[in-house]
Amino acid sequence: MPIEILMPALSPTMTEGKLAKWVKQEGDDVKSGDILAEIETDKATMEVEAVDEGKLGKILIAEGTEGVAVNTPIALLVGEDEDADKLETPEVQDNTTQSAALQKVKGEEETKPTLPVEPPKGTKAAPPASDEDKYFDKTVKLTVREALRDAMAEEMRRDDKVFVMGEEVAEYQGAYKVTQGLLQEFGERRVIDTPITEHGFAGLGVGAAFHGLKPVVEFMTFNFAMQAIDHIINSAAKTLYMSGGQMGCPIVFRGPNGAASRVAAQHSQEYSSWYAHVPGLKVVAPYSASDAKGLLKSAIRDPNPVVFLEHEILYGHSFDVPEDPEFIVPIGRAKIMRAGKDVTITAFSFMVGQALAAAERLAEQGIEAEVINLRTIRPLDTETIVNSVKKTNRLVSVEEGWPFAGIGAEMSALMMEQAFDYLDAPVYRVHGADVPMPYAANLEKLALPQPEDIEKAVKAVLYRS
Amino acid sequence: MATSRRRKPQADETPQYSTEQLLKYYREMLLIRRFEEKAGQMYGMGLIGGFCHLYIGQEAVVVGMQNALIPGDSIITSYRDHGHMLATDMDPKGVMAELTGRSGGYSKGKGGSMHMFSREKKFFGGHGIVAAQVPIGTGLAFGHKYTQDGNINVCYLGDGAINQGQVYESFNMAALWKLPVVYVIENNKYAMGTSQHRASAGELCERGSAYGIPGHVVDGMSVLAVKEASEKAVAHAREGSGPVILEMKTYRYRGHSMSDPAKYRTKEEVTKMRTEMDPIDNLKKLILENGSADEDALKTIDRDIKNIVAEAADFATQSPEPDPAELWTDILIEA
Repeated sequence: MPIEILMPALSPTMTEGKLAKWVKQEGDDVKSGDILAEIETDKATMEVEAVDEGKLGKILIAEGTEGVAVNTPIALLVGEDEDADKLETPEVQDNTTQSAALQKVKGEEETKPTLPVEPPKGTKAAPPASDEDKYFDKTVKLTVREALRDAMAEEMRRDDKVFVMGEEVAEYQGAYKVTQGLLQEFGERRVIDTPITEHGFAGLGVGAAFHGLKPVVEFMTFNFAMQAIDHIINSAAKTLYMSGGQMGCPIVFRGPNGAASRVAAQHSQEYSSWYAHVPGLKVVAPYSASDAKGLLKSAIRDPNPVVFLEHEILYGHSFDVPEDPEFIVPIGRAKIMRAGKDVTITAFSFMVGQALAAAERLAEQGIEAEVINLRTIRPLDTETIVNSVKKTNRLVSVEEGWPFAGIGAEMSALMMEQAFDYLDAPVYRVHGADVPMPYAANLEKLALPQPEDIEKAVKAVLYRS
Repeated sequence: MATSRRRKPQADETPQYSTEQLLKYYREMLLIRRFEEKAGQMYGMGLIGGFCHLYIGQEAVVVGMQNALIPGDSIITSYRDHGHMLATDMDPKGVMAELTGRSGGYSKGKGGSMHMFSREKKFFGGHGIVAAQVPIGTGLAFGHKYTQDGNINVCYLGDGAINQGQVYESFNMAALWKLPVVYVIENNKYAMGTSQHRASAGELCERGSAYGIPGHVVDGMSVLAVKEASEKAVAHAREGSGPVILEMKTYRYRGHSMSDPAKYRTKEEVTKMRTEMDPIDNLKKLILENGSADEDALKTIDRDIKNIVAEAADFATQSPEPDPAELWTDILIEA
């Protein structure tokens, strides 16, 4: 049986080309890899190599022919004992295959998916259940810094696969002392000082996670993680999908995020919307010490990559934290910090404190604000937010970061999609000024959301002056 | 360390290789060659889309290297990865079906040519970002050391990837912590269309010297030279002496990807490499010259390989496209 040689597609978009030249002629022997012909596409002239062996029996498309469609038979290859003269020219139409790509060339109609593919948007998944409240019977006052350290230590005691790496995490005890005492308890095998090499150690952490370990990678601040963001997104977040579910990446990237104090633009960026944009990542931004501890434990146990955004100013703040090491806070569950009927305020990380301060001032004026601490940015606890807005009919979103495509923008979209009929006022976004963070004390204060800004926003959505 | 420079293999140089070994290497290289030729053809037919980077010409590198490893050793590479998957004994059907974007592919059709994995075979990708596999491979080596499993990582990178900063970040950590990793630079002379001398200062094998990482040049067109160099490098890494760099001088016959007309090099250069340096032809010649096997034995292998590749192609065209519901799976693991 003669083998048909087809007009090849030589780029992802090619549909036809010119058969510029036959390098082999009828009767020539052909081995795999031999160059048969040259083909001109709109971009270049390319050589066509033989895959099968035999003799070039018949040339079906003469050289110089233009507009030869992809997959048209251009020649016939025969075995050594076949007679080239007896060959029939095949019907061109017979050569279509079941390829979707080919159908696309023939007509868009045929390639439309037969099933409507429903995105999971609009589905209100309930947040995961939590028994966290029951642990608050016995608490101890801890700073956020200590709570984070305790979370890591408890998880490291529980699972030898957990290790901590980053700049100054071991001997220096952490640039912000979050890893204090870990080296002494767990040794240098599991508490690892890295060189200043974010791109490298983030990728190394991903590799260790692929191996089956559970790395906790500390960035001295998330500003420096921009050097490593390719590994956080392309390597950690996407590989599970690209591998058809084989390559889980149980890793935590943690460190302070957002503005500290007077460290200016390159050290004061808030990254939650950057990471929350990415399917395949979980993004957590705790406020209190108990949230920090309970959520970091969840993050370390999670089989997925988790971006854990801390806040430098909060490190020294003290909160009640349950003593029981079984205390844990599930990822994906917001917390109502203060109940109220007049307006819903959402906030996360340091801004929860600002929102609570504003709510205090508003209460004095007879306005009852419900303050929701998001705790997890992705997956967002939409149910808690939507249920609150159904009650208050007003939403003020507070974030430290920039407004464009920020968390507040997402909140606005959420309200349009899931609470439109319940709104009595447009969503109001309180956010960091849309400028690189200034250094001067007065300008920095102006750039960051203050309780007064939140108070003003609440009055705006309540149409009060 | 082997530094044989483009000599034709001589019969008397290879007493240490059994007939079985030589035929195994021949078979493994031929499988890659025929598989890639078929992939190129199927790309031409529109059955494979997007980017498709063929390994034709470089077969000796991965076959020689893989034959120096033991079970449990992990490997990782860039986007020119079909050969590595076949050399780690991944199923040609699953690889080809991934190329065609079908549900029977290693990634259920969701990864494509550049993103395939097999935990079972310790093949960790298949990475589309140039040099991203280097810190990840270094991290796999970190995992081997941390768990003391006695295994090593082999991290393949190209002569283009070698200029990325993260490679040196990795070299530094690997040397500092004596991680069990062999970095294999597959120097096929062209980083896409830019030749080595236009992109890289100095010698690639010396790129680890500042970190104290030994580096060796290897004739990457000779599977036996590769095997010999690999044995030593792998032993070095496995015994806890830290990383090694092997610069494999090799050549890709085809363009960077399917849509590359390769106008940055002369036809004469390509022809010379194909006719004089071909790793499969040269091994075949050696096998015949030293009497390890006759033409018939090799023809049997050829037929076998042809069938395997034909079956893979059939499977890859008949396997259904992924179910539309697959769009929404494998984004996160249920905690």
